[in-house]
Amino acid sequence: MTKVLTSRFHLNGAACDIDVYTEHGGYQALQKALKEFTPARITDEVKKSALRGRGGAGFPTGMKWSFVPKDAKRPTYLVCNADESEPGTGKDRDLMRYDPHQMIEGMIISAYALNSYTSYIYIRGEYWYIKDILEKAIAEAYAKGYLGKNILGSGFNHDMYVHPGAGAYICGEETALLESLEGKRGHPRLKPPFPAVVGLYGGPTVVNNVETLAVVPWIVLNGGDWYRQLGTEKSGGTKLFTVSGHVNRPGNYEVPMGYPLMSLINNEGGGISGGRKLKACIPGGSSVPILNAEECERVTMDYESVASVGSMLGSGGVIVMDETTDIFETTRNITHFYMHESCGWCTPCREGTRWLYKVFDRMRRYEGLPGDVELLDDLADKILGKSFCALGDAAAMPVQSAINKFREDFDRRIKHTLVQIQKAGD
Amino acid sequence: MYSEANERKLDKIITYYPVKRSAILPALYIAQEEHGYVTDDDIKYLAERLDMRVNEVEEVVTFYTMYSRKPIGKYKLQVCRTVSCWLLGAEQITEHIEHKLGCEVGETTKDGKFTLVEVECLGYCDLAPCLQVNFDYHEKVTVESVDKLIDNLKTK
Repeated sequence: MTKVLTSRFHLNGAACDIDVYTEHGGYQALQKALKEFTPARITDEVKKSALRGRGGAGFPTGMKWSFVPKDAKRPTYLVCNADESEPGTGKDRDLMRYDPHQMIEGMIISAYALNSYTSYIYIRGEYWYIKDILEKAIAEAYAKGYLGKNILGSGFNHDMYVHPGAGAYICGEETALLESLEGKRGHPRLKPPFPAVVGLYGGPTVVNNVETLAVVPWIVLNGGDWYRQLGTEKSGGTKLFTVSGHVNRPGNYEVPMGYPLMSLINNEGGGISGGRKLKACIPGGSSVPILNAEECERVTMDYESVASVGSMLGSGGVIVMDETTDIFETTRNITHFYMHESCGWCTPCREGTRWLYKVFDRMRRYEGLPGDVELLDDLADKILGKSFCALGDAAAMPVQSAINKFREDFDRRIKHTLVQIQKAGD
Repeated sequence: MYSEANERKLDKIITYYPVKRSAILPALYIAQEEHGYVTDDDIKYLAERLDMRVNEVEEVVTFYTMYSRKPIGKYKLQVCRTVSCWLLGAEQITEHIEHKLGCEVGETTKDGKFTLVEVECLGYCDLAPCLQVNFDYHEKVTVESVDKLIDNLKTK
């Protein structure tokens, strides 16, 4: 199978050294981009590649870049979103710790395409050791003349810095990330204006995920059409999936877009642990609707197919659950996450996630009241589409889909209560 | 206020940004490294250094979970409680540590050595269950491996 982003993973981190990276084809794309390509040509190739944002939203990358105004009065910034925090996802971690230069090279090329002289890598604070890896790699790139003034004699200047977050899922939301980078609490901003027009320090800003940026050197080297044909017509290229939960070989796997979910679970993931049966799978990180076993059988891992079964490809965090899993408990766990991570800015999300959890908590103790399942569904409905940013949707969708597909796991928490009430009345 | 090396580090970090205030998150890590937690004096000092108001620093400190406004143990044991780790037994890991240290989640042992907390997703889902001790990751932990780890830290 074609390995693109993970093609240097077998070096086990040796590619962190710039010389090893260069021996394995590194920084050739940068030379090609600066010598042969205009910035507009790079954006065109990225558009042709059908590359879509790998952080979770799946927005077409080339289109995002083209929103940056050409005549902006303030400097344009490029920000790499390395705040990987979506439950079920650990792919950016490996992209950065095994092949940091791949992403850095992608960033320099992207910055050239965007005419940006400064970029920041916003990395979650917990990944402190990876921040060290990146800072060392950046220093090496400066020493070789790939960063700094007049890069490779092209006249293009670029500076790159690493900025640590400090434990806040919301900072993965691009406008909250920018607030955080400006030294404030991570509250999302009202859109529009979108960051591409008014972003960091009021300048046009492109925020791209680690994996998205790591793809860019490959598109420059081999062309947008080449990258696109690796995947499906509408979902170009390959994608890294983090397979976790009840599988024999959890890990990060790169497969072409359009790869069957069951093959990912059974081949790459080594099948369900203990030879048990599959009950459910969350295909794109905890924010997206859950799939039952039957849906897993017919879905392939691309934006369109996953959407056709009512879920989303998201960040590519594939969470596998075997037949012994109580989906009520899984959903309670996920709801706790969103309650904890709600930034508190808007009422539907702040109060809604707390209320949801309160109901989950009493149901957990088998003290659910008749109508509680409907209450959960209704509460989720009152958050969905009504919160300030997508975190509210992310909290609501797992609850509604779990109730829809695994109602019996929820009802059990109520029925028991009825028995208890009857017993108490006897 | 801080060691010469850390003052120099802070000076350097401030140059990364067009606005000084942007350095507050990295600066707070320096404060924590020096004092174990973010003190009132840290807040006043960093407000002055970064052209911020004291309340602006305070509101940042209290928003992000990786900063503490109270003293914590030498080793902060952070058990990931989120879905992938939970599916593979994170709750049992937490219960075991509670039992072993005789302290509950959110508490610090009497000798001031360990603070036990549950945290949300650490990004080690494929290496679950995961425990982070200060900044060090421990992957695929078991009751036995956690036992060994804590016994080892006790002697340090």
